[in-house]
Amino acid sequence: MEKALLANIENPRSREAAFYVEKGGYESLKKALEMEPKDIIEMVKKAGLRGRGGAGFPTGMKWMFASGDPKFPKYLVCNADEGEPGTFKDRPILERNPHLLIEGMAISGHALKAEYGYIYLRGEYPEAKDILDAAIREAEEKGYVGDNMMGSGKKFRLVVHQGAGAYICGEETALIESLEGKKGQPRIKPPFPVNVGAWGMPTIVNNVETLSNLPLLIRVGPEAYAQIGTPECPGPKLFCVSGHVKNPGVLELPMGTSLKEIIFDHCGGMKNGKKLKAVIPGGISTPVLPPDKIDCPMDFVNMPKHGSMLGSGAVIVMDESVCLVKVCYRAIKFFEHESCGKCTPCKEGVIWLRKILGRIEHGEGREGDVDLLVQVAANMSGRTFCPLGEGAASVVQNFVKHFREEFVEHISRKGCPLP
Amino acid sequence: MMLSDTARQKIQDVRKLYPSARGALLPALYIAQREHGWLSPEAFRAVSRELRIPEATVRGVASFYAMFHKAPVGRNVIQLCTNVACMIMGAESLVDLISKTFDVQPGGTSPDGRFSLIIMECIGACGTAPAMLVNTDFHENLTAGNILDILERYK
Repeated sequence: MEKALLANIENPRSREAAFYVEKGGYESLKKALEMEPKDIIEMVKKAGLRGRGGAGFPTGMKWMFASGDPKFPKYLVCNADEGEPGTFKDRPILERNPHLLIEGMAISGHALKAEYGYIYLRGEYPEAKDILDAAIREAEEKGYVGDNMMGSGKKFRLVVHQGAGAYICGEETALIESLEGKKGQPRIKPPFPVNVGAWGMPTIVNNVETLSNLPLLIRVGPEAYAQIGTPECPGPKLFCVSGHVKNPGVLELPMGTSLKEIIFDHCGGMKNGKKLKAVIPGGISTPVLPPDKIDCPMDFVNMPKHGSMLGSGAVIVMDESVCLVKVCYRAIKFFEHESCGKCTPCKEGVIWLRKILGRIEHGEGREGDVDLLVQVAANMSGRTFCPLGEGAASVVQNFVKHFREEFVEHISRKGCPLP
Repeated sequence: MMLSDTARQKIQDVRKLYPSARGALLPALYIAQREHGWLSPEAFRAVSRELRIPEATVRGVASFYAMFHKAPVGRNVIQLCTNVACMIMGAESLVDLISKTFDVQPGGTSPDGRFSLIIMECIGACGTAPAMLVNTDFHENLTAGNILDILERYK
């Protein structure tokens, strides 16, 4: 498959507007500006594009809701908070292909009649901030964006807004709060951001990868676009693979590529001849899978049927040397650190999970602790304000479901059996 | 510690990019932090005055975010990731190595003021783990063999 999202990123000039244009860049924006906004939305719906941030919500539908709201101004927000542990798929776009994102946002801005776009960039990517600022300045100077986009008379202004190290701000309502200069705590829904978002106005929050799909979608048209990937989830997908594989990194593959194929073909299989023990397929919040369950198509519809989720496409591969109790404990320490403190089931639940996991890991586990873990997780599940607490509960539930023996052994042997 | 005229001007410029003064709060806190390396009580007061936002609000917001330093930090800030992808590739032994070599505990600063060490929650370099940020520079594929040489460059 020819690369669309990661096209030409190895070239040292990949960040320059002139180079991007040489390779056909900004042609899709030109085409889009000649189209009616509603026709672009129709095209995105027809193509079947789904949000790449993790939830997989149909992008065209989200756009239709915001576009149908009579309030103005409308805001476009690019979610570049990429905080889900294991995820580094947006970084190559932000650092090596910034004009692709800018073009995607400008197309989206025109379709939604939004004149202001904010890129909410995680604080942990300081280099990307400078690169994006420079690329936006260049795109403005050349007239691709700004007060008169490509001579169309349409305005689209872009601002990079830097987050400051809070995982919860990847959740779209928390992100909006943070953009407004508040603590990043999620809002109650409804109303949804498409109607009441940033500064009370209709706001579209789309992931970096979602927006970066638009130039391709406009260039090839919805029919050809829908031919890539699976029927329910078309298009190319970025997978970022880490852990014990021979060749980790970011891959652009058709949506629906099998997890097994990703690990053993595209990433060269296991490193140092060790055996596969477990895979987290879509970022740390998604259910862990044992080796016999990885023959599954990686898309939003099929992964739940195979006991996990696509999430952000962040594949963490673990070999036999890894202690899964320790991984689970570390994952929960993360959720404890990032819980925003708004709702009790999450705020209190993650503390209890961490305490129980900590004593099991340190050889002080008590009989009945595994059941207690499951019970605490079950009491969080379905009761938290946003998906953060849900994710924490699910991590524990799935590690115990697939690897219960390892937890039990830690308790009976008073510590980790691995060297 | 007052904000310099340049910093104040930067805050006023960034203010124009948002429909409300409050929107400019995070960027303003970054501007203030860059000036002195951390956010002192005076810095909070200055940001509060500059954006006309109550000081308690400014402090409250800053307290929520991990990357705003509410206490002085060393000349160089090491932000080392120990989340799962880095942990399984050996990040924890690097924490110990840094701690011993430079006499700095996680969350603390070395007595000579050279390094602060902060344990991070995923910095998006999982394919090249373990990884760290030193100030604003990424360093990836870290090992016990290369990390000290990298850190030696920061004085």
